[in-house]
Amino acid sequence: MHYSALRILKEGLTGNRGWKPVWREPEPKRRYEIVVVGGGGHGLATAYYLATVHGLTDVAVLEKGWLGSGNVGRNTTIVRSNYLLPGNQPFYELSMKLWEGLEQDFNYNAMVSQRGIINLYHSDAQRDAAVRRGNAMILAGADAVLLDRAALREKCPFLDFDNERFPIQGGLWQPRGGTVRHDAVAWGYGRGADRRGVDLIQNCEVTGFDIRNGVCHGVETTRGAIAANRVAVCVAGSSGRVMGYAGLRLPIESHVLQAFVSEGLKPAVPGVLTFGAGHFYISQSDKGGLVFGGDIDGYNSYAQRGNLPALEHVCEGGMALMPMIGRARVLRIWGGLVDMSMDGSPFIDRTPVEGLFFNGGWNYGGFKATPASGYCYAHLVATGEPHPVAAEMRLDRFQRGAAIDEKGAGAQPNLH
Amino acid sequence: MLIDHPLLGPRDAAEFVILGDASLIDRPDRQAEDAARQFHDYLHLRDNPAGEHRELWFHEQGDRSWLVVTRNTLTHEVLKVELARDVAIARGRDR
Repeated sequence: MHYSALRILKEGLTGNRGWKPVWREPEPKRRYEIVVVGGGGHGLATAYYLATVHGLTDVAVLEKGWLGSGNVGRNTTIVRSNYLLPGNQPFYELSMKLWEGLEQDFNYNAMVSQRGIINLYHSDAQRDAAVRRGNAMILAGADAVLLDRAALREKCPFLDFDNERFPIQGGLWQPRGGTVRHDAVAWGYGRGADRRGVDLIQNCEVTGFDIRNGVCHGVETTRGAIAANRVAVCVAGSSGRVMGYAGLRLPIESHVLQAFVSEGLKPAVPGVLTFGAGHFYISQSDKGGLVFGGDIDGYNSYAQRGNLPALEHVCEGGMALMPMIGRARVLRIWGGLVDMSMDGSPFIDRTPVEGLFFNGGWNYGGFKATPASGYCYAHLVATGEPHPVAAEMRLDRFQRGAAIDEKGAGAQPNLH
Repeated sequence: MLIDHPLLGPRDAAEFVILGDASLIDRPDRQAEDAARQFHDYLHLRDNPAGEHRELWFHEQGDRSWLVVTRNTLTHEVLKVELARDVAIARGRDR
């Protein structure tokens, strides 16, 4: 069913009796050409682009829970392409361009809102770094505007500009950044893939791979064995666990990242703001809640919940940046399971096992990457060759000394 | 999380920083034939288990000792705490 204003009008006049379930619930077949493991944002996007760009529809997406029950349902919805390094920035800019056309492309309202993102700077050195980053962004075809103190004050008068310790000098603004309704991204991609014949199979956990003589012939699942010529894994925080079934050790640790939402307030925060002197970022949802977060807790975790010191640390950052939020009450907090890679950058690559592909290591930034991740992963699985903008996101890059270390922090996950 | 320090008793985990998997104690032999591959695996690859995990914690805001903490990554329960020095010596290192 195609969604349109005309359809809403028609259904409204006929008692809304014509709406259909958004996707089928098929029984898994015994054999597919391609099996995608993981029905989150990246898995569903991969299936969607396999079907739309490459015409491959003999595809199943296997999800252990319900569609979109992982990190695509528990992030802070920010999209941006303000990266620095050549191995990253063109990829994220492709993602940004795909976000801009996404709703028309998959005929679903994902509430893409380009309200802008501002990274604040607090010192001369940080300003220089912001200028450099902005120039790198512009070179890759993105947009960047350097805001001085006066221009920033006009946009965000509520910031603590004269903070004793970290006075605010200005910010690097990406006007095309913003927020997207996260669940709708999973639903839109899922619906789009389903309409083209992809089987979305829920409550189907992969428990092993059928690997013989170094070639992957399919997967074992809680709903029986499923044969496939190509198996594409994208399971985010569970990467280590699932790839362990194939006997692979990854340059990844699983960590917990917490996020927070306040009670609903009147519109106050114009876009996305990030504190340059501490771990804090914030935006305001359309319902009015302040959505904010900070850094990972720092220790390995599969618990999907964090501890209070991280909450205190994030709220301290918030108070240092914009003391006005001190009166707002935190309504909800949650923790997501993030796959932290050794250099803070992701992987979209083949594995040593023929026919087995891996997509993961998205750290805390997987949501913004969803369209390009699906697009480039589909390209890799369909053609066997990496997409040019994802060509450096390889599993062997540490061996080659070609880490993509955006922060220059070194090979340790809890530094990124 | 509380970490039951072998010398100081239970301490708030916020006093510590974590380095990661305790396998980092087992530094490869730099003169081995395949030292480059061994160091790559040592530095970058992780078992990343869901469940019991042995890891190195540093008591930065305390007595600055290194500990090996055995912790369940599914529940955050701390199961065992040892001095990293004792663990390293038991594994055949000289200190």
